[in-house]
Amino acid sequence: MLRIENLVMRFGGVVACNDFSAEIKKGQIVGLIGPNGAGKTTIFNVVTGVYKPTSGQILFNPTGDQQHRLTGLSPDKIAQLGVCRTFQNIRLFGELTVLENVFIGNHLRVKSDVFSTVLRLPHYAAEEKRMYEKSLYLLEKIGLQDTRNEKATSLPYGMQRRLEIARALATDPKLLLLDEPAAGMNPQETQDLIQFIREIKEEFDLTIFLIEHHMDVIMEISEKIYVLDHGILIAEGNPSEIQQNQKVVEAYLGVG
Amino acid sequence: MREKSKTQITLIILVLTALGLFLANRYLDPYKIRIINLSGIYVTLGLSMNLINGMTGMFSLGHAGFMAIGAYTVGILTMPVTMKEMNFFMQPIVPFLANVEWGFLPALFAAGLIAAFFGILIGAPVLRLTDDYLAIATLGFAEIIRVVFTNTQSLTNGALGLKGIPNYTNIWWSWGVALVTVWFIWFLMKGTYGKAFLAIREDEIAARSMGINLFKHKVMSFAFGCFFAGVAGGLMAGMLGTIDPNMFRITLTFNILLIVVLGGLGQIGGTIISAVIVTVMMEALRFLDEAMDLGFVQIKGIPGMRMVVFSIILIIVVIIREKGLVRRPKGRELTYAKN
Ligand SMILES: Nc1ncnc2c1ncn2[C@@H]1O[C@H](COP(=O)(O)OP(=O)(O)O)[C@@H](O)[C@H]1O
Ligand SMILES: [Mg+2]
Repeated sequence: MLRIENLVMRFGGVVACNDFSAEIKKGQIVGLIGPNGAGKTTIFNVVTGVYKPTSGQILFNPTGDQQHRLTGLSPDKIAQLGVCRTFQNIRLFGELTVLENVFIGNHLRVKSDVFSTVLRLPHYAAEEKRMYEKSLYLLEKIGLQDTRNEKATSLPYGMQRRLEIARALATDPKLLLLDEPAAGMNPQETQDLIQFIREIKEEFDLTIFLIEHHMDVIMEISEKIYVLDHGILIAEGNPSEIQQNQKVVEAYLGVG
Repeated sequence: MREKSKTQITLIILVLTALGLFLANRYLDPYKIRIINLSGIYVTLGLSMNLINGMTGMFSLGHAGFMAIGAYTVGILTMPVTMKEMNFFMQPIVPFLANVEWGFLPALFAAGLIAAFFGILIGAPVLRLTDDYLAIATLGFAEIIRVVFTNTQSLTNGALGLKGIPNYTNIWWSWGVALVTVWFIWFLMKGTYGKAFLAIREDEIAARSMGINLFKHKVMSFAFGCFFAGVAGGLMAGMLGTIDPNMFRITLTFNILLIVVLGGLGQIGGTIISAVIVTVMMEALRFLDEAMDLGFVQIKGIPGMRMVVFSIILIIVVIIREKGLVRRPKGRELTYAKN
């Protein structure tokens, strides 16, 4: 589904990511961990086209028979191909309502042109009805149907994170990138989130790439984990391999 | 239920407005009717700028320029052939325009389309950059277009301007166009493209990551705004009958900006109300520009005093609340088209 090859991302003198390669297969949940500033978010930003990498390439193959080169594409093109994300520092459309946020996620799939939307032509009306119902369904899934007309930023932190996931789901992604979805959540909320991620993966037939600080979350749901430290891949493997890896333990304890 | 009562209220407002306009048209003197016309035109102008600046979060200062294009388009296209010969005595008008005499509606359309065309021409290169460039480019464009119109003698009659443009604009035209603008922007913003504009205003990075092509949507919003600015310019020409390049100075853009800021960025209702209030105030405060005799002291007329007062109002409004007079109601329902 996604292949990252020898990715290098430099910001001036800072090498945020150095020769990183990874492979994510269809239907997997893959974790990406590492201490603060390791370069995890940078990798998401490069995959989604927010940054152009210094070198290396990223290949996306959603159906198994059509290879897309994501490197060089704009973020909106990448989203249209079926890669969508959430943000570590929540980026909702703050002044807009909860429902509007999710509704906007549908826009990239709209087939009607702008004039049919203004004239409310029947084919647009039908399209809009579908988008609206889908948005409501997604809000129901995250338990926000009752606050759908509240301003997005008026929600508690944990709910805003869930809303970001719902907004991303509205774009019909094949690959979903979650940047620290459990940040700021209490243990109960975190457990619910794990359940939720599993659920949407099944229901929407997703592949998930996940950054997380909560080790319990990562260890519980990832099939495969990449560990990054100072921009360098120090380990990869399944959860039990990672837990026993000496380098990982050192990176996390700050030794060496 | 709620939808239904909303529709009823809208209908009642429409009928009352039409009735009010009808009575005004019948019983008011020409000066007052002219203010009503001007209000309608400023509603269109305010909304078109609010679409760009308030709803899509771009910063354009080019409205006067796009109005100029619209005004000249309507002036040239609707003016009778003999009147054109009289106007263009310094240099004859270019042959392909010498014999055209269009009706008002097609001329207004052309005004909007040509303004939108220039909007795209100016906007497309700079909208790829950050928004500060749009402000600079549109401001420059609006000034340049005046210089250009002053010098294209055989197209615009240069500094002499155009006289004897048919007075097609009446209450029905000015408010009819205002109504169409309200309707257009209302449904635009209800639909998914309008929501995408709002998303861009709120957070460009998030909007892009949700698959919204920033450039395409910005150009679209900007072109719509320019279209209505051009149409409003055309209405202005049809109302005044006389236009010249110097009418379209930056102060004109500034008036519209005042309407937008007072009415509230992103607010349709607020913009309508503030357009009417500002237009009426603009006339009511005309005495500020004239000489005043207060009995014990005489003040010589200071032209531009009105604008000073308006500038101060604008600054105060911007300082006390950045969101204008009408707040966006919390918990607005997002509804879908029922078919
Ligand atoms: N836009 C940027 N400009 C300069 N440096 C950046 C930028 N984005 C990230 N960095 C740097 O790259 C490194 C990795 O950051 P990041 O990917 O956010 O880490 P993580 O998500 O693993 O905590 C940090 O040293 C950070 O300062
Ligand atoms: Mg990060």
